[in-house]
Amino acid sequence: MSSATIPPGAEAPIFYETDEHHHEAGGSTMLGFWLYLMSDCLIFAMLFAAYGVYGGSYAGGPDQRELFELPLVAVNTAMLLFSSITYGFAMIAMDENRKGATQAWLAVTGLFGLAFLGIELYEFSNLIHEGAGPWRSAFLSAFFTLVGTHGLHVTFGIIWLVTLMVQVGRKGLIPDNKRRLQCLSLFWHFLDVIWIGVFTFVYLLGVLR
Amino acid sequence: MSETLLKTIFGRLTLDSFPIHEPILVGTFAAVAFGGAVVLGALTYFKLWGYLWKEWFTTVDHKRIGIMYMILGIIMLLRGFADALMMRAQQAMAFGANEGFLPAHHYDQVFTAHGVIMIFFVAMPFVTGLMNYVVPLQIGARDVSFPFLNNFSFWMTVSGAVIVMASLFVGEFARTGWLAMAPLSGLDYSPDVGVDYYIWALQIAGVGTLLSGVNLLATIIKMRAPGMTLMKMPVFVWTALATNTLIVAAFPILTAVLAMLSLDRYIGTNFFTNTGGGNPMMYVNMIWIWGHPEVYILILPLFGVFSEITSTFSSKRIFGYTSMVYAILVITILAYLVWLHHFFTMGSGASVNSFFGITTMIISIPTGAKIFNWLFTMYKGRIRFELPMMWTIAFMITFVIGGMTGVLLAVPPADFVLHNSLFLIAHFHNVIIGGVVFGTFAAINYWFPKAFGFKLDKFWGTVSFWCWTLGFYVAFMPLYVLGLMGVTRRLRHFDDPSLQIWFIIAALGALMIAAGIGAMLVQFWVSFRNREALRDTTGDPWGGRTLEWATSSPPPDYNFAFTPVVHDLDAWYDMKARGAERPTEGFRAIHMPRYTGAGVILAGCATVFGLAMIWYIWWLAALSFVGLLAVAIGHTFNYDRDYYIPVEEVIETENARTKALAAGA
Amino acid sequence: MVVMNPAGDVARQQADLILWSTGLMLIIIIPVIALTVLFAWKYRASNTEAEYRPDWDHSTGLELVIWAMPLLIVIALGALTWLATHTLDPYRPLTRVAPGEPVTPATKPLVVEVVSMDWKWLFLYPEQGIATVNQLVVPVNRPVQFKMTSSSVMNTFYVPAMAGMIYTMPGMETQLHAVLNKTGTFEGKSANYSGAGFSYMNFPTRSVTEAQFGEWVESIRRQPDRLSTDRYLELEKPSERVPAMGFNAVQPGLWDKILGMCVKPGTPCMQDAMAKDMHRGAHAPVSNRPPVDKPDGALFKAPEDKKGGENRGAPIETPAGSQDRGGEKNRSFSAIDHSTLPGVPGRSSAAAGA
Repeated sequence: MSSATIPPGAEAPIFYETDEHHHEAGGSTMLGFWLYLMSDCLIFAMLFAAYGVYGGSYAGGPDQRELFELPLVAVNTAMLLFSSITYGFAMIAMDENRKGATQAWLAVTGLFGLAFLGIELYEFSNLIHEGAGPWRSAFLSAFFTLVGTHGLHVTFGIIWLVTLMVQVGRKGLIPDNKRRLQCLSLFWHFLDVIWIGVFTFVYLLGVLR
Repeated sequence: MSETLLKTIFGRLTLDSFPIHEPILVGTFAAVAFGGAVVLGALTYFKLWGYLWKEWFTTVDHKRIGIMYMILGIIMLLRGFADALMMRAQQAMAFGANEGFLPAHHYDQVFTAHGVIMIFFVAMPFVTGLMNYVVPLQIGARDVSFPFLNNFSFWMTVSGAVIVMASLFVGEFARTGWLAMAPLSGLDYSPDVGVDYYIWALQIAGVGTLLSGVNLLATIIKMRAPGMTLMKMPVFVWTALATNTLIVAAFPILTAVLAMLSLDRYIGTNFFTNTGGGNPMMYVNMIWIWGHPEVYILILPLFGVFSEITSTFSSKRIFGYTSMVYAILVITILAYLVWLHHFFTMGSGASVNSFFGITTMIISIPTGAKIFNWLFTMYKGRIRFELPMMWTIAFMITFVIGGMTGVLLAVPPADFVLHNSLFLIAHFHNVIIGGVVFGTFAAINYWFPKAFGFKLDKFWGTVSFWCWTLGFYVAFMPLYVLGLMGVTRRLRHFDDPSLQIWFIIAALGALMIAAGIGAMLVQFWVSFRNREALRDTTGDPWGGRTLEWATSSPPPDYNFAFTPVVHDLDAWYDMKARGAERPTEGFRAIHMPRYTGAGVILAGCATVFGLAMIWYIWWLAALSFVGLLAVAIGHTFNYDRDYYIPVEEVIETENARTKALAAGA
Repeated sequence: MVVMNPAGDVARQQADLILWSTGLMLIIIIPVIALTVLFAWKYRASNTEAEYRPDWDHSTGLELVIWAMPLLIVIALGALTWLATHTLDPYRPLTRVAPGEPVTPATKPLVVEVVSMDWKWLFLYPEQGIATVNQLVVPVNRPVQFKMTSSSVMNTFYVPAMAGMIYTMPGMETQLHAVLNKTGTFEGKSANYSGAGFSYMNFPTRSVTEAQFGEWVESIRRQPDRLSTDRYLELEKPSERVPAMGFNAVQPGLWDKILGMCVKPGTPCMQDAMAKDMHRGAHAPVSNRPPVDKPDGALFKAPEDKKGGENRGAPIETPAGSQDRGGEKNRSFSAIDHSTLPGVPGRSSAAAGA
């Protein structure tokens, strides 16, 4: 590429920005968080791939049809999906600068999340008591790891949510907190999408095998 | 105390974990302890702790973090190279009745540690350090997008290095090779602490690397100076963009596969076991899906370095900028399509093997295009043979030989006789030393004046150059011959005496390289002593073409008092050619991020957590994990993250630069 | 250099491939290195006579050549790769014994079943009904079909003079078809690191005439030992530098049991679990039998069972020199005999390993 030629009569080019506009703080945050989230997505992709490979390795043990209780999983899914809707309401309230409403919807989101986790832990403990723990076969290892990793992410999301509720409570809906709520929003909905993948490929397709 | 209580408190850490009767280790420990005591003592005596903590450990300045990465890399190079010397010595002497001095138990840890340290704690820090230091300067920014995260990433890498070094004196390291293949690395065959050391060192350092990748990607996308469109970025920034994309897309895979191995070892899952449905081939696939992009992560930034150096020292624009950029992008994409060439011999079937062999060969096309483009940058230039350019010429000759043997290995039936042989070892050392190491030394000599304000001594640099370059050939060309003689890797004893001469030559080469490393350390020392004579007052000692040379050497904390406006590729060269005048007034207060100790503390908690998991000290693991969370959450309650450099300080700094430029003119 | 001058037809073809590929690439590499040296010399700054064109940074013609030349070479190499990879696929039965000597319907390949163990090689000859450890004998000019597996971790079966290598993996069967065209003794080894005794996993591979092969088989049949299940289980225990052994007979069905990882009586067989699971629509799982003999995960170990933290440089009780798992000579950190150090109690005064 040859250097640009200045057409005759044009002004001399400016080489330094002497009156800078102030860069908004946190301008890169959403991009950075998306990049992190996509890397997290890759971890889940690997876990899905592992489930794809190991999903039929029962080692003489129980399979999906014997183990999965779809009604319970349906309730669980509903809890998570509702939590996503309520987080959406929280974001709307945040955009309208209504701190109380934001906090209320966040709390409801957290409760739905806890319900999801509770049901999942109940399901896991049942499986373990039936002798279908993650050490029984590669299928179960992959199942527990995929669903468990998702559950761990939800756990951290809830901890983050509580932290943010405290921070919004103390400092209000300042730009920093709004940015953090937006990041958690991305995270929460991402977990929801992953769960849709999980309950489709693991639970639904599992019992159809 | 009952054994149960002891084991509950200390896990599997016992007095037997310390090698108190082992002469080699006791000697090493004594040397390290003595050296450490000298360093720590000197720091205390000269009252430098406060300075170190305030100015370096807690820094969020990309320049200082970059320098710390390079120092980490150099320190770990000494450890990794010590392992190399031990291996060469063992292999040169262990023939027939002579067993050498390293039994299998020790030798197997040495070659594992050598690989792990060189890749994760030498090459990665070097590459990360270079990108950290140079990229914000080259794009005209004041820092990276997430300065605190940058500091945290650095300390997580240090945490991984500390864990690996701890394995030298407490317990043992893995005996599996640097990739810890299953099922050898599973609980059945490696029940001891070694593989756990490996896993936690890599997982913790991996978090650091991943976050660093996110950070630099966001920086390059969002923080370029006005006018710097993508196609006006320096080639080094393009390679940094590609490298960090590879990091963000590849390291999660390493995290996942090591996590699955951990689950096998801690919970008894069946991912990579020989039973219960486990599939060790899955480990091989996943680790290499990470592993191949990893080697491109290592080499791509150095390709960028060579572009900058060739252009600057030939006093000429880089030839074929557009095609360079496309070559980088093609290499990045293809890096994901070749991983199976690392295990052609695992029995995948001819069509699968051929596919991956052919994609591997295709990568050589853009790589070759880059070499030609460097050649034609030199063509009709005016080449100055300063040290960076010397390293570049050595790279061009050495790397193409390594690349050739790589394409050779990419032919599956050829690989069937050369897989895991010394030919393979020679190949990858050829490209890593010829590419990554030579490139790092080129970069160090190139950017050292910018970072520290004085050039490196040319005499000792030249000594180091020749010792390394000739030493490399003497050390590794015999390995190609040995590979063609059917000798395979990771052996510590041989029966065929006709092989010995080649191993002895290789050992001599290793000694030459040792001299090269020694000369480099002398170079640093001599340059520091003669720094006034080697001083760079203009900030542009080489006639540079990119924006980092527009600042003083070293740059002020804020890099640029006024953000540059870019009109063309080679922005600084453009400014010089068109008589751009540096503003000497109108300065303002500059917004900067605060330093913080949270990164050090978090990494400290992570180190304790890793060690507790390794030694099965569950209560400590839980405690340190809670601590990690608490500190992380606590840190988020600190909203006071930035400050303004007062305008008086800016004026003072810039006036000093105005004076220095006038004096140097 | 045995890889370039092998004794087997497959290896010979692989060596030829190496030569062809190297030749094709040198077409690019030699000019590149020459140009590097030439340009560095001619355009050095002190040579003011050379033309200096600082703004010349583009030439479409040159770019075309730069991209096209390697592309053409890669196309040639790619075609060669596709053909050669299919011809030399280790799973593909040989179609020729040597150049100009195709395999006829009369040629019956010799079948050898190979098990890589910790740290020796077991060879079963199903047609002859014998087995050997650490010695492989094959008749010259007769194709051999190797069926391979591992009893523990991944190894590679590699006889450089004969053919390329292929992994041996537990619970899985890999195959290699090869032939030796010269008589003689050749080196055989494992090329994939598998643990402490890896460096001694060598086995001489002898290629002999048909008559000599028959004699050798007979000599093995006269050996006292039989490879029963018990004998196999004993052999399976880790040992190093194992001398060559021969077994006059093999337990029927042993190979299938080894492949199914169920030699030990009472362990479930892979094949049975697979049959059950295939029924459930599973696809080709590996190692798919109930994990009855797996160690517990670390988190489930009782405190007394937490082991593995010892550094082998610490004082160790057992005497040096024995070859079973208890033997410590190869487990210590250096070849220095601790008993020669002052203050180390209770060690034998055996000479240091050398």
